[in-house]
Amino acid sequence: MSYRIEGATGTWEIVVGLEVHAQVISHAKLFSGASATYGGEPNMHVSLIDAGFPGMLPVINAECVAQAVRTGLGLNATIHLESRFDRKNYFYADLPQGYQISQFAHPIVGEGKVLVELSDGTEREIGITRLHLEQDAGKSLHDQDPTRSFIDLNRAGVALMEIVSEPDIRSPEEAGAYLRKLRQILRYIGTCDGNMEEGSMRADVNVSVRKAGEPFRTRCEIKNVNSIRFVMQSIEVEAQRQVEIWEAGGTVDQETRLFDHARGETRSLRSKEDAHDYRYFPDPDLLPLVIEREWVDALRAALPELPEAKRSRLEAQYGVSRYESGVLAAEQTVADFYEQVAKASDPKLAVNWMLGDFFAALNRTGKSIEESPVNASGLSELLALIKDSTINGKIAKEVLEDMFETGESASAIVERKGLRQVTDTGAIESAIRDILAANADKLAEYKSGKDKLFGFFVGQTMKAMKGKGNPALVNELLGKILAE
Amino acid sequence: MSLDTRTVRRIAKLARIGLDDQEAEGLRQELDGILGWVEQLNEVDITDVPPMIGTGLAKPRLRVDVVTDGGKREAVLSNAPDRADAFFTVPKVVE
Repeated sequence: MSYRIEGATGTWEIVVGLEVHAQVISHAKLFSGASATYGGEPNMHVSLIDAGFPGMLPVINAECVAQAVRTGLGLNATIHLESRFDRKNYFYADLPQGYQISQFAHPIVGEGKVLVELSDGTEREIGITRLHLEQDAGKSLHDQDPTRSFIDLNRAGVALMEIVSEPDIRSPEEAGAYLRKLRQILRYIGTCDGNMEEGSMRADVNVSVRKAGEPFRTRCEIKNVNSIRFVMQSIEVEAQRQVEIWEAGGTVDQETRLFDHARGETRSLRSKEDAHDYRYFPDPDLLPLVIEREWVDALRAALPELPEAKRSRLEAQYGVSRYESGVLAAEQTVADFYEQVAKASDPKLAVNWMLGDFFAALNRTGKSIEESPVNASGLSELLALIKDSTINGKIAKEVLEDMFETGESASAIVERKGLRQVTDTGAIESAIRDILAANADKLAEYKSGKDKLFGFFVGQTMKAMKGKGNPALVNELLGKILAE
Repeated sequence: MSLDTRTVRRIAKLARIGLDDQEAEGLRQELDGILGWVEQLNEVDITDVPPMIGTGLAKPRLRVDVVTDGGKREAVLSNAPDRADAFFTVPKVVE
């Protein structure tokens, strides 16, 4: 499905590239030994290096480098064994050094690619241009005082990975799918928690529009968008704005804009007219970063199974569908849970129950799979009871709800409530005969050709048996008796 | 290469340095001299010489990922021109 904007002068397509800033998971900062943990008392996770004191020298944190390399490998990207750090110069209150240490000309990770899946099942490859390491800035608080902004440098100097995509994205949906996929990969590898609310992942969105077959037109950059939904919305409104400008005979200026989600519009950020003159130059305090091929290979060997590989394996090993593997592999914890249940009970039953009643129960109780009152062995036990015909599927739904409420085991609930399935053919037959006797009129209608009443008799029999009849036996015996 | 006053003013603006006309012209001459001196390097043929960044075979020393610093708020804030409790403060910056 392609996304198009129908304008007065014709049909427009959109061109989008994303720059994602992902906070690296590490104990200490990129160039100092201060804690990189989120939060903390203001200005307590700050060293004199982070505060930009004169004479302080940065020293690279090896783990941050490893995290960037792992991420690059997860993005199928080229790893550069030699990279360099540059100074990006600008003045802002939350940047005490007066420059950000970043990688401009020689990033640690080069070209890669990410496979994204859209809602209609089609898959597209989005190119990665590069990934580089840089320092985060501090945090400004504007609501503490009428005339002053407050600065907390706890975040200043925390390692960020800037992940730049090619302008390959052609719809808001693709942008959302790309971000979700990227976040999934980062979480799998454990290099960024992907928490957009806390700001540990944020995106700059480059948008332009063009008519089919044209070269790129001027783009605008929407800065610092902090949710996937807002990224998708901002692309929609910005593309619409640009189409209106072009169609009115105007020109789009290359500029930085902000997305105002309350108003549903983007706004120009003209205040920094010279902001793009960053005067990059190699940081004289840092030698080029040289890493060994063997070290990269060791990091590669230690990577966990990545989402795409996991999906393929789940499909091959358990016979789940492409759609099901996508849901199961969305998070490692879900896939691990599934594999435990599948191995202990039945793969097909396990995927049906997890994607159906089990997830529904989690949603209803607002719990994540880690907080689930029913663990993998608990669910396996329930499915085993279905499999060995101790209970039927309908009763099992009731038992699962009870398990979520009481935390009791499936078999304990079955015993307590007397829910064992009736497989005694004598008992089922007598229940059927009672129902037929009590519904003589319906029986006559059935005999005169109203076949649909079969289901009615099944329902009535199950009801009379309080849902505990074995459905297959009820069907079989009913058929036999009606044919008499 | 010679520097014009407009470029000098632009560099000064980027560096947040205020200059009057006389200072701008003085700096223009001074910077022009520095550039001219450095430009002598262009006379050296470096066709087959790779760029040297840093000294010789030195590789950077990397740090292990352990928290060894922080918790010194008073030292960090000691040069602050203005502060409020635990924070640095600056004239309000709102976009």
